[in-house]
Amino acid sequence: MTFIPKPKLHHPELPKNALGYTRRDYEGAVSTLCAGCGHDSISAAIVRACFNLELPPHRIAKLSGIGCSSKTPTYFLGASHGFNSVHGRMPSVLTGANLANRDLIYLGVSGDGDSASIGIGQFAHIMRRGVNMTYIVENNGVYGLTKGQFSATSDRGAKSRRGVENKDEAIDLVGMALQLGATFVARSFSGDKDQLIPLIEAALKHQGAAFIDCISPCVAFNNHEGSHTSFDYVREHNLAVNYLDVISGREEITVEYAAGTVEMVKQHDGSILRLRKLANDYDVHDRIAAMTYLQERGAAGEIVTGLLYVDPEPMDLHHHMNTVSTPFNELDEAALCPGPAALDKLNASLR
Amino acid sequence: MLQSAERVKGLQRVNDFVVKFANVNGSGSASANTLFAKSILRMGVPITPRNIFPSNIQGLPTWYEVRVSEAGHLGARGGGVDLMVAMNPQTWTQDVASIVPGGYLFYDNTKPMPPSRFREDIVVIGVPLTEITNKAYTESRQRQLFKNIVYLGALSALLEMDVPEIEKLLAEQFRGRDKLVAANVQALHMGRDWALANLECPIGLTLRRANTVGDRIFIEGNAAAALGAVYGGATVCAWYPITPSSSLAEAFTRYCGRYRVDPETKKNKFAIVQAEDELASIGMVIGAAWNGARAFTATSGPGISLMQEFVGLAYFAEIPAVIFDVQRAGPSTGMPTRTQQTDILSCAYASHGDTKHVLLFPEDPYECFEFAALSFDLADRLQTPIFMLLDLEIGMNDRLCKPLTWDDSRMMDRGKVMTEEELQAGKDFGRYLDVDGDGIPYRTYPGTHPTRGAFFTRGTSKDRRARYSEEGPDYEENMLRLLKKFDTAKQLVPRPIARSAKEPTRLGAIYFGSTSPAMDEAEDILAERGIHLDLMRVRGFPFHQDVKSFIGEHDQVFVVEQNRDGQLRTLLVNELEIDPAKLTRVLHFDGTPITARFISDAIADKVGELKVVPFRKAVP
Repeated sequence: MTFIPKPKLHHPELPKNALGYTRRDYEGAVSTLCAGCGHDSISAAIVRACFNLELPPHRIAKLSGIGCSSKTPTYFLGASHGFNSVHGRMPSVLTGANLANRDLIYLGVSGDGDSASIGIGQFAHIMRRGVNMTYIVENNGVYGLTKGQFSATSDRGAKSRRGVENKDEAIDLVGMALQLGATFVARSFSGDKDQLIPLIEAALKHQGAAFIDCISPCVAFNNHEGSHTSFDYVREHNLAVNYLDVISGREEITVEYAAGTVEMVKQHDGSILRLRKLANDYDVHDRIAAMTYLQERGAAGEIVTGLLYVDPEPMDLHHHMNTVSTPFNELDEAALCPGPAALDKLNASLR
Repeated sequence: MLQSAERVKGLQRVNDFVVKFANVNGSGSASANTLFAKSILRMGVPITPRNIFPSNIQGLPTWYEVRVSEAGHLGARGGGVDLMVAMNPQTWTQDVASIVPGGYLFYDNTKPMPPSRFREDIVVIGVPLTEITNKAYTESRQRQLFKNIVYLGALSALLEMDVPEIEKLLAEQFRGRDKLVAANVQALHMGRDWALANLECPIGLTLRRANTVGDRIFIEGNAAAALGAVYGGATVCAWYPITPSSSLAEAFTRYCGRYRVDPETKKNKFAIVQAEDELASIGMVIGAAWNGARAFTATSGPGISLMQEFVGLAYFAEIPAVIFDVQRAGPSTGMPTRTQQTDILSCAYASHGDTKHVLLFPEDPYECFEFAALSFDLADRLQTPIFMLLDLEIGMNDRLCKPLTWDDSRMMDRGKVMTEEELQAGKDFGRYLDVDGDGIPYRTYPGTHPTRGAFFTRGTSKDRRARYSEEGPDYEENMLRLLKKFDTAKQLVPRPIARSAKEPTRLGAIYFGSTSPAMDEAEDILAERGIHLDLMRVRGFPFHQDVKSFIGEHDQVFVVEQNRDGQLRTLLVNELEIDPAKLTRVLHFDGTPITARFISDAIADKVGELKVVPFRKAVP
């Protein structure tokens, strides 16, 4: 039995958001992952982001595939419906769910095995369809649940804990998401919550396909010397191009910034992404330049993090399909069934 | 011009013969052939056309076979062709060989053919189609297309077809495009006039106005199933193109365009996704159904193989899904454009672990429509995948059937869904709790209530409240409840239909799906030979109690199916614990539709072998 409910003991003065929820209301069951696992930090960041955005927990649907990362939806948003589907196929389940009810917020959680190996086809296709969602890959470069095999995102030349060298080229999901038309693409690091939490907030507010590749070291199998996904390696090679703050339309912006260091990106819903630039030459609106930049820095051994591309006015799958605004699961007989008269007419045309 | 007329007396038949058109794929013959079929229907004479086509797009052989039967036999007749319209030089030899002795060969005699290419026991009818069209038209595409209408015109004279009916159909087909109608009518008369002037008309095969079509309609099973999905309230269709199921998703697209676009906003009350593969198709269906929309996919055998893992998830996590499987000949790619009933077992027990699934077996387009609409109610009621098993024979051929009907007061059965009000009122919710004793638990749609009714859907084992559990008792209880639910399904799937023989008998036959019309006809043929059979048409799985009773009431039961291994028989033996010796296989699996001749011959042979004492002799 691995279900461990969390004790419901709250600190009486825990801060509440506008909905009256505390941070604890966004938590789930106790994590069964290894102590120190990067994935738990991502779960914590999701909890914090949803709390900050004042999202009603039950209006979020969390979906995942199979693997360590895909177990994590049990550990956050306990009041949300969750769906732990089959290995590598979360994107299709999420796509179907999104079609059925466009009013919920969809959070897909996956891993590098789940998305870059067995599920790379579905990963590619959900991006190109522009499903309105936040898709987080908790990327540790290794298969944890099956005890330490390389994954498809492991760098060529990276070493396993037993010293075996990976001979295959790595798949870069960020590059793929950019190429395939995702309208929000970011990379972050589970050890950098200042960068990660606002990125998740921004992705949740984005009304199109939002992808975050979150490097998340595996303390059990991929945190040793020679690994390219260890805490030490990522800290040494991290090139953060920006940090951001998500500002709701209600807040007044008072602080002024030196020219060229901050960019305000107004989102479709009126909220603003305040980008604090660390690389002045980086343009988050240029998809092609982003791909070039990533390739160049990647070749130099650097891991580029931050918001890498955003389209503030994205089109999603429902837009492409011209669907009604009412969620499909609320349409009744009157809306869906053409009735006997139409059938009689059809019968007459078939004689 | 009737080359062998002095030597051969042709067959003499009225309203009862088989015409086959041998064409080249992509030559535009299909619409002329359909016109031929429909105009006979308009004369009140039942016909059944069949497309016989290899897996190609253009330039290769394709056939269209029309069985004309005033008596109303809709199954394939088998046993040769009475009139062959041989328009494809590539298949000439086999086409000529397939004509019955005394039958007729219709061909384009523009170029002379050596006598060795003909047979002496058939009537040969030559019409210079190329010469006629070359004279009348200058463009090559026109020459090609109108050639089809010219031969139709010639046939109208030879078979005494009702010409005003053909003209009416042309006017309907090209409504609003008067020039096109006139051009087609002109071509029709070109062929007709030539035949009347140069040939003995009519030949021995003739059509006469009759009244045995009634108010029946003429529609493909795939289209009827798609329409059933529209009426049944399906909003999400996710599919991957595969013969012979693609036209189902395409028909759904067409009907949604007609019936499901909001007249004011012009927005769609449907979403159709051509997925990247069958795995994604079924994944989308499951995601949509989990979230409370009615969703389906359409596929064929290879797709069923690919969907196995997801089907197990839907079974175990109890998520509705509707899967239309338009069966074709397997295994592997098999014969992708040939018909079989061959996915019975792979659907009944789809996926790893202990599973059982609900199957529906429609016999014709009418039941495709009825069962399609029903399948969404069943999926919601039972919270499980429902397999609609069509086959190429029903799916891709126009078939006469009863007019489709819909009761205006009919409501969707959304099954056990706990509402926000019920949750608010404090009703106890446990996702896998058997509250009513029928094995069916309550579910909630995501987003229903701020603090109650949320649960985690998973493919792993869980307890009654959807919490992860690897405890043996939790697992067993859940698996046994799923069995109970399957037992509940027995009363919900369409009941089998039994029909008693005209005389008391110890023999029975069980059949299903597209075998229906051939079985109906075989029943009469066998009765004439003194073999009487009680019949039972199985329409769903799990099997209703009536099926077991039927087998129990007979000494021998023939199980007639279109596959090699007797898959339905295996299912009967396995699920009803029947002594296999009681069930005799009658199996047809060459990829062509089963015929009455085949069934009656096979059963007559087996009755001889079995030496069953006829019931009437045993009674004093």
